[in-house]
Amino acid sequence: MELLLSSAIGMLTAAGVYLILRRRSFAVVLGMTMLSYAINLFLFSTGRLVVNAPPVLRDGAASYTDPLPQALVLTAIVISFGMTAVVVMMALGAFLEGGDDRVDMPRADRLPADSLSADRMSGDGDA
Amino acid sequence: MSPALIAALPFIGALLPGLLIRSGRDVAAISCATATFIALLGLCLHIPAVMAGEVVTARFEWLPSLGLNANFRIDGLGLLFGILILGIGLLIIAYARHYLSRQDPAGVFYTYLMLFQGAMLGIVLSDNILLLLVFWELTSLSSFLLIGYWKHLPEGRQGARMALTVTGMGGLAMIAGMLILGNIAGSFDITDILQAREAIQASPYYLPALLLILLGAFTKSAQFPFHFWLPHAMAAPTPVSAYLHSATMVKAGLFLMARLWPVLSGTPEWFYIVATTGLATMVLAAWIAIFRDDLKSLLAFSTVSHLGLITMLLGFGTEAAAVAAVFHIVNHATFKAALFMTAGIIDHEAGTRSIARLGGLRRLMPITFVIGTLAALSMAGIPPLNGFLSKELMLEQATHAAWQGHPGLVAATATLGALFSVCYSLRFVWQVFLGPERQDYPHRPHDPGFGLWSAPALLAVLVVLIGLFPDSMAGWLVAASASAVTGTAQHPHLALWHGVTPALMLSAVALAGGVALLALNRRLLALRAAMAWPEAKAIFDAITRAVTCAAGFLTDRLTNGSMARAFAAFSLTVVLCGLWAFSTGGWQGATRPMLPIQPVPLVGWVLLMVATCCMVAFHRRRILALVLVGIIGLMVSVSFIYLSAPDLALTQISVEVVTVVLLLLALNFLPKFTVIESPDRKRGLDAFIATLTGLGFGALAYVIMRSDFAFSPISEYMLANSYKLGGGDNVVNVILVDFRGYDTFGEITVLGIAALTIFALTETLLAGATGRRLRNWVHDSRRAGDRHPLMLVVVTRLVLPIALVVGLYIFLRGHNMPGGGFVAGLVVSVALVSQYMASGFAWAQERQKINYHALIGAGVIAAGLTGIGAWFAGLPFLTSTYGYVKLPGLEEFELASAMGFDLGVFLCVVGAVMLALNSLSRIARTAGETVNLHPMDIDPSKEARR
Repeated sequence: MELLLSSAIGMLTAAGVYLILRRRSFAVVLGMTMLSYAINLFLFSTGRLVVNAPPVLRDGAASYTDPLPQALVLTAIVISFGMTAVVVMMALGAFLEGGDDRVDMPRADRLPADSLSADRMSGDGDA
Repeated sequence: MSPALIAALPFIGALLPGLLIRSGRDVAAISCATATFIALLGLCLHIPAVMAGEVVTARFEWLPSLGLNANFRIDGLGLLFGILILGIGLLIIAYARHYLSRQDPAGVFYTYLMLFQGAMLGIVLSDNILLLLVFWELTSLSSFLLIGYWKHLPEGRQGARMALTVTGMGGLAMIAGMLILGNIAGSFDITDILQAREAIQASPYYLPALLLILLGAFTKSAQFPFHFWLPHAMAAPTPVSAYLHSATMVKAGLFLMARLWPVLSGTPEWFYIVATTGLATMVLAAWIAIFRDDLKSLLAFSTVSHLGLITMLLGFGTEAAAVAAVFHIVNHATFKAALFMTAGIIDHEAGTRSIARLGGLRRLMPITFVIGTLAALSMAGIPPLNGFLSKELMLEQATHAAWQGHPGLVAATATLGALFSVCYSLRFVWQVFLGPERQDYPHRPHDPGFGLWSAPALLAVLVVLIGLFPDSMAGWLVAASASAVTGTAQHPHLALWHGVTPALMLSAVALAGGVALLALNRRLLALRAAMAWPEAKAIFDAITRAVTCAAGFLTDRLTNGSMARAFAAFSLTVVLCGLWAFSTGGWQGATRPMLPIQPVPLVGWVLLMVATCCMVAFHRRRILALVLVGIIGLMVSVSFIYLSAPDLALTQISVEVVTVVLLLLALNFLPKFTVIESPDRKRGLDAFIATLTGLGFGALAYVIMRSDFAFSPISEYMLANSYKLGGGDNVVNVILVDFRGYDTFGEITVLGIAALTIFALTETLLAGATGRRLRNWVHDSRRAGDRHPLMLVVVTRLVLPIALVVGLYIFLRGHNMPGGGFVAGLVVSVALVSQYMASGFAWAQERQKINYHALIGAGVIAAGLTGIGAWFAGLPFLTSTYGYVKLPGLEEFELASAMGFDLGVFLCVVGAVMLALNSLSRIARTAGETVNLHPMDIDPSKEARR
């Protein structure tokens, strides 16, 4: 069972990372969703896996699941929704304002690597 | 007066100039002087006790778990430095009042000065090394402000930055050293550390601790090779130079060496590092000082030289040398502060500090001449002034020291230093005051007013008095502080005449040599000009530039505006760190048995894997990708159920619904397909990075799941106390609303902020150019013929009351069964969203008047008020209570105060989810979505009526 869950976590992570490395915002949003699944499952698994244990206190129960990771993951799920919503809104806003849905800074705006001359390095230009 | 109050007074004084800003600079100066004077008075009241050998302490617990306590102590050493700091501080305040010109903001200056004074006083009165470190860093910061006080001067800014860089780096090293020291001694209180000499010197960490602490002390006290910042700090106004860079701050390093002298000194490491550095600094800086043209620069190098002298004395490690060191600290503070103030007066009145443009000031500035000459002769070590006394003591100690078995080496080098010192001191007098009068001074020089010369005059009087009557003037203070430094009672006999000793002979040699050297001055200058000397500032600048370049290079390569690049670098770093940690972590192998794999979970696993692969393969077809996301989310929820986490499953599945709706709404305005842009090679590389990360993360999860807990998990406490303390059987819910309620409180607040951010973004978009573009929007996909189908409308209407009741049920049972505020909020949101989907946003919006902003606010307030309620019962924030209630007609049921908190969670979740979806819908409406008047497009009942 552990093997199944950890391979699923690995697969979801790989999918998430690959999609985040894409250039368009929607793929990045999907990737972040994937990564959230992976991380939530991972956090949950730190409580170790228990099958068929009662999730609430019950008389005569021999063992319980670890409730703490569950509580953490529960809030994490809700927060990741909030994060996805904000990112989606930003992606939408960027697309509507800028006309395309690339996540990278346009090449023209990037700092050319060879302009790192000494004047930028010596602080506020006192020299 | 309590030592803590004495240490606090300068900080209180620092507030006064700001508060009295409109009353003029006299009031600012007087208020600061008053605070300083009260502190000095309070300190002096402790003199009898300290002389009797007591240590006056004040203790306050600050962070006892870290060993950081606000403990203060006044012993002889603290008293000596305290008197120096406050006494000279008082003189500087008076001097600065007349020194600063009209254009200089005096209030700012006095505030900085008092901050510095407080920090410095804190260092010398601390009885805890961590507290001392706090004050230590404060002196670096306040001296940065003071050196850069004339912000318009580039030299001031550069000097300030250099001083901060050098002393700040030393400070960092010292923090590490102090932590090691405290760990060896088992306490961070100086009182305890001073008792732990054997343990510290026997520890294998003695040398690292010593090196790190000395790095801090040497940078602060400008010891070679860190001496270069001090001359550049001379760009500061002269009162600052006189105060910080001669009398107090540069002596902080000496103070620290003296403070830790009982535990650190006496070893060969101490002798060779400290004494050698001191000796080298003394000679080298004195040699440089001979050739300086700028008066303040000359004095700065001479200060470095004298600091080296004191460092060397402390480095000898003998009690007599410690006495000499303490005595020279007093003497140096008096004559050097007087000299700096003299230099300031000359600069002020003659308009230049360049020795080449001065000379012949004797008749023009007679008062200044007397003061300056007395102080300079004391610096040269001419009897009967106080500088002579301590220089004699120093030379005597030098004759006793043997370096690597060469007894004469130290004495000869020290005499050479003294010789240089005579040379530059006499040069100061000769080339500034003596010689012919000139006609080309920038200003016509004359003696300043009483306000400016009174402070140095007082110091000059002290110079003479200590020289003539050393025992009665300074003997008691030197005895008290030397006793505190060495830890044993010292009764030094200070006298002008010791008979013809080797030290006197060496003094005579130094004097004669110095005069001879001065006579050769012009030839020496030519010689020195012919030789190439490495310029410390150039080296410093080159190093800083190289380091900044390297940092800039790395930063710009990693974050060049491409998100993928930064993320790839991040992923790879994490994987590499994880690999390194795993390979050095010593994993013993699996200790937990693997749960058997059953067929149904296996099917779920296959579904999940296939869906994920398809999702990556088809992510360019965005709507299809969304469907696949739904499947993956469903499988994740199912796995939560299987693994005994129903709360998570409920949350995951309801979040899944709102997320997919949200993404669909967004997709309405985004391209429906992603084009292939990256070349194959790039995609292959990305796939490789992704696979690597996935493998690493999966392996980590596997290893964790197959290992037993390293520590017993804290959830055992929660399981045991969930019912007893929180009154709930559902431990997950009790953790959320009770044990870790503060977390949850923060989380719902963040959720609310996220929703408000989305709302604000929408507002901005709709108000700007995007709003106009949206109003002319042409949809790229065909519109559905029946946008609000009959089936959907009817079903959602039926489902709504049921869903609301289910939400209420889940909310109420949450404390004891799976459920709770989060899940209930999501379920209700889904029910509401389905109404929007069925009949359109505007139609549904008209039929409900709830303001989602208010809902979020009400949720946060409800949760907060529940938490505050605990205060009225005298309990900490968010402590919950519960009880059982019997209402007529109902079974007995439980009421927990946590329910109020859960209600807050519920309201916040509903408000946040709805506001987010609402905002996206508003964009759709702006883009020409027609608002329907009827709940559905095709209404059979209307058709029937017709």
